[in-house]
Amino acid sequence: MSKERASFEFTQALRTEADKIIAKYPKGRQMSAVLPVLDLVQRHNGGWVTTEMVSAVAEYLDMAPIRVYEVATFYTMINLEPVGETLVEVCTTTPCWLRGCDEIVQACEETLGIGLGETGADGKFTLREVECLGACVNAPVVRINDDYYEDLDLHRTRAVLELISRGAIPPPGSQTGRKTSAPASGPTTLSARAGSF
Amino acid sequence: MLDDEDRIFTNLYGLEDWRLAGARARGDWDDTKALLEKGRDEIIQEIKDSGLRGRGGAGFPAGLKWSFMPKESDGRPSYLVVNADEGEPGTCKDRDILRHDPHKLVEGCLVAGFAMGACAAYIYTRGEFHREIQNLQTAVDEAYDGGLIGKNACNSGYDFDVYVHPGAGAYICGEEMALIESLEGKKGQPRLKPPFPAAVGVWGCPTTVNNVETIAVAPEILRRGYSWFAGLGRPNNTGTKIFCISGHVNEPCNVEEEMGIPMRELIEKHAGGVRGGWDNLLAVIPGGASVPVIPKSVCDTVLMDFDSLKDVKSGLGTAAVIVMDKSTDIVKAIARLSKFYMHESCGQCTPCREGTGWMSRVMDRLVEGRAEVAEIDLLEEVTYQIEGHTICALGDAAAWPIQGLIRHFRPELERRIVERMLSDEGASTEAAA
Amino acid sequence: MLTVTIDGVEVEVEAGATVLQACEQAGKEIPRFCYHDRLNIAGNCRMCLVEMENSPKPIASCAMPIGDGMVIHTNTPQVRKAREGVMEFLLINHPLDCPICDQGGECDLQDQAMAYGLDHSRYRENKRAVKDKDLGPLVKTVMTRCIHCTRCIRFATEIAGVEELGALGRGEHMEISNYIERALTSELSGNIIDLCPVGALTSKPYAFTARSWELNTTETIDAHDAVGSNIRVDSRGRSVLRVLPRLHEDVNEEWLSDKARFANDGLRRQRLDRPYIRCDGRLQPSTWDDAFSAIADRLKATNGDRIAAIAGDMACAESMIALKDLMTALGSPHVDCRQDGAKLETEVRASYLFNTTIAGIEDADACLLIGTNPRWEAALVNARLRKRYLAGGFRILSVGPELDLTIPVETLGGGPDALAALADGSLSSSAVLSNVERPMLILGQGALARFDGSAILGAARCIAERCNMVQDGWNGFNVLHTAAARVAGLDLGMVPEQGGRDVSGILEGAGNGDLDAVFLLGADEINTSDLGDAFVIYLGHHGDAGANRADVVLPGAAYVEKNATWVNTEGRAQLGQRAVFPPGDAREDWAVVRALSEVVGHTLPYDDLASVRARLAEIAPLLGSPDEIGPATWGAFGTDGAMNSDPFASPVSDFYMTNAICRASETMAACSAQILGAGPRDTGTHG
Repeated sequence: MSKERASFEFTQALRTEADKIIAKYPKGRQMSAVLPVLDLVQRHNGGWVTTEMVSAVAEYLDMAPIRVYEVATFYTMINLEPVGETLVEVCTTTPCWLRGCDEIVQACEETLGIGLGETGADGKFTLREVECLGACVNAPVVRINDDYYEDLDLHRTRAVLELISRGAIPPPGSQTGRKTSAPASGPTTLSARAGSF
Repeated sequence: MLDDEDRIFTNLYGLEDWRLAGARARGDWDDTKALLEKGRDEIIQEIKDSGLRGRGGAGFPAGLKWSFMPKESDGRPSYLVVNADEGEPGTCKDRDILRHDPHKLVEGCLVAGFAMGACAAYIYTRGEFHREIQNLQTAVDEAYDGGLIGKNACNSGYDFDVYVHPGAGAYICGEEMALIESLEGKKGQPRLKPPFPAAVGVWGCPTTVNNVETIAVAPEILRRGYSWFAGLGRPNNTGTKIFCISGHVNEPCNVEEEMGIPMRELIEKHAGGVRGGWDNLLAVIPGGASVPVIPKSVCDTVLMDFDSLKDVKSGLGTAAVIVMDKSTDIVKAIARLSKFYMHESCGQCTPCREGTGWMSRVMDRLVEGRAEVAEIDLLEEVTYQIEGHTICALGDAAAWPIQGLIRHFRPELERRIVERMLSDEGASTEAAA
Repeated sequence: MLTVTIDGVEVEVEAGATVLQACEQAGKEIPRFCYHDRLNIAGNCRMCLVEMENSPKPIASCAMPIGDGMVIHTNTPQVRKAREGVMEFLLINHPLDCPICDQGGECDLQDQAMAYGLDHSRYRENKRAVKDKDLGPLVKTVMTRCIHCTRCIRFATEIAGVEELGALGRGEHMEISNYIERALTSELSGNIIDLCPVGALTSKPYAFTARSWELNTTETIDAHDAVGSNIRVDSRGRSVLRVLPRLHEDVNEEWLSDKARFANDGLRRQRLDRPYIRCDGRLQPSTWDDAFSAIADRLKATNGDRIAAIAGDMACAESMIALKDLMTALGSPHVDCRQDGAKLETEVRASYLFNTTIAGIEDADACLLIGTNPRWEAALVNARLRKRYLAGGFRILSVGPELDLTIPVETLGGGPDALAALADGSLSSSAVLSNVERPMLILGQGALARFDGSAILGAARCIAERCNMVQDGWNGFNVLHTAAARVAGLDLGMVPEQGGRDVSGILEGAGNGDLDAVFLLGADEINTSDLGDAFVIYLGHHGDAGANRADVVLPGAAYVEKNATWVNTEGRAQLGQRAVFPPGDAREDWAVVRALSEVVGHTLPYDDLASVRARLAEIAPLLGSPDEIGPATWGAFGTDGAMNSDPFASPVSDFYMTNAICRASETMAACSAQILGAGPRDTGTHG
């Protein structure tokens, strides 16, 4: 979490992981691995990438540092500033907005005590507004670290965040108990198969 | 309504086992070797004859696209790239395929890849879909372990690899040329065409980029026969399609339906109807954020397919139906999309880089009526200054929602401006008094 | 050839051309910002949109390959509307701060806005502001003006070969930047200023100095290295305010090295603007008459055999022939233009030329570098090597120090041992050279300016012959000079006559008293402390090493202050023109020598430029045929003596500090410190 600029080197474990990723691409095309490798070192570093890590990734993939930096600044999931232990991303694009994301933002801000784009002083949470997360029939949606929390409202959002701040991980997915993207009162199709539901 | 037996995605909601055993029970990987034995030309012909059009938005005939790939290699390998960078607002169908029916996609990769002579498929999946990527990777691993892909895939004698590649948050990477750039480890800035990817795609090699759904339905079409698929829907708009119904409906959902189903039927049968009843409908964005909004009067009768929606100056896009009832601040709904496009513009070419920000700012003012009536025309002109002048279609996508808004809701825009002027005048009169 | 119709006129166009090129060929002006014919196509500005029949949308003409039968319209209402639209988009976030912008008056955005834009702004929102970037001492940035054409990024990546610029972020927040704010590490960075179509990248040293319409422009030749870059000197009054490249496809294309471009502030500092005479150990200001009589007194009393002359690296052909003729008249055989001691010979012209020619590099298949760092010795030769490398199928081998030429170099060894192995064929890598059609080698001064230089020259000839570098219509043997004066000096025989002393002999003779007087024509790169008690006459333009040691200083003209002939490393004679007058009492060098000849009683038989040039052509006919290159005849040269195994070193240890003008330049000092991180240095050159 701290922003000090420690030097960075690929550990053996990171090398093993990175090499596995690189092996997916044709020989000499290791540059293709830049996003997954940035993600790898980002996870290793508590959710953000330092300048030193950009340079190290560049060296590892035989790229000019500026090319890695371009990539790191282009994609929203690469963080070049420290983030909290838990990254809360609220989708506010139209489908979520139609289903009340303003209320979700409000719930997040109140529960976490921080505004959009902010990280709490204790470093526990970062709250962020994001564009369409691609779960629109389960709107409104919040992505918390790697999981989607769906069909939220003010209360359900609060409940999820409170559980997380107490160290629990609430079950991801719909918070109303409906089954994934099926209609809330049950599928209108595939009825013959509903038996296995 | 489509019969259940005509549905392809029988585990759309993940009610059953998504892994290999479950997939096999649903008929996936059933004698895939026999499908490959049809041969490349036959497969492509059957896909052509099925009338399958790309499910990613543009609706380009899939078989025709595959036929652009070189028949003989000039030494370069060919690649299939699957576009799983689902991010078009309103759209969440590929997510269900990735997490609940990943084997349909993996099998589709083999069949389509074989048909186009590709040595491997790269599935470019949006990075936010972390859990979906895990399921997909598991399915890929299972397929390798079962000898379904890899060396001598399905005992066909054909070697074929499938790799999952994660993105990292950039809507533009859903554009095929940007996706190829991103897959090469660069920023997702669309490349100029020509050359087209079938000639020079990823790593300089012949490449076809197809949407997840397009690839995932291919094995089923080949198994059941192209005429089955072609018999569903309407001519030139055949088959089934996963629709995503979001917004102001009672039961938002994904559902696989027949192409050409009336919009009203789709919404009422599967999504529990419009909140407050059909008469409470204001407008619908019928194909994901990029297509123009259509008012209720059009929604009453329109059919959900490529040509019908094109006829009403909108589009099927990704078949993501965003429903807005009469409580909707329609200007704000579209303004939020303008902000989305401003945020997602790659910045490479002038009209989009500069125009999306301009439009978004004017739209924000129009939400509150802080504008002059003449600015509605200015805004519309700006949309036409962007449309057709950019490297990729994001510029068009940013322009169309606003064009739709002005086309159908101009009085609402004017009303806000006039009201604002009157209240400002009132305020200044009060202040003067 | 393909036929296309452009605005109703059929034109024949070569296959592979773009629509934009076809339009130009048809005489149609197509506006553009991002397109540049020496850079990869980006197609991002969208200014060059035209209509193509059967295309639903207008097309970017810069990126569309021509197809047979295409029908193009460049001036329809739709095209005009598209251009107007793009122009408007470019301007909405442009600050329109033209009154305080150095690009004003020569700005593509300004010009095209006049031609294709609206006459008023419809944009009511706030304009974007962008933080400026630090690109080092040469390039000033005002990034709010940037229109994101990416020419600078493409130049840095493709031509300069330093991947240091990129576009960060995305959408309207996209910014051109370097990675970590530090100076660009290219010797060609100034070219991005020329390429920038707006005022985002401007010259830092030239900032707020002048408006383009106030300047006098003179077309002349650069003399900071031996490339002979074609330049344009912009001056006001007596000041050279800036130097820009001129197009010469065979020499510098349209590029210029940073030294040639930015050392001009050195022309204003430490100048010798009057004669000086040393009195009581100190140089005292004097007059031409007194200085000449001081010299005459001394020379008249000295036997010609005890007088010597050394020509420096920036001496022009006119001054060298005058000096040589004077020395001959005085009876001195001791003249030399090789102040670094390079063992160059004059008998076979091909032995000291860059025979392949600079443009000819593009036809070569493989190249061997011997004791040279072309990136620092001739940045534009290196750019040409890089261009050839990028075209594919080109390998570069090197014998000498490890090099970063921005392209892969296979180093075979550090010095003569590897060279000997190549010469006798025992090194397997020699196959790389002998198995291709058109191999070449580049022999640097670092390999020649040694005691065993003649043997190395011989070994290089041996390699050239063994690897079939010299064939009908192809000569792959190349000497890369660093001194603008050198080839003219060799052509004019500015080397010791029979029994004469070379530079080391002159220094030795001066040191031990065998020589009484030494004439230095701008020679600053010698060890002046070796001159002993000799009477030293210095004719030159800067108060550098030579003047500091001199007994009489005669103020001369710098390269932009005279009409002068320069012969570049290829043997290409080019005429430089005077852009400004030399300062104070300083005069053109040949005229000073001519005037002196009269005072010492050996009046030279020419008294105007035309007659000096006639004399040049008499001795070296090619000097009278500007811009012509005659193939030089091959012959025997060099010796097959023993070579010392000491490794080669490049003569240039600091690109920015190679001559008296550079050393007087604050800009070059800043470059040296910030780009190379160099501490204080003595001369920047070995030898």
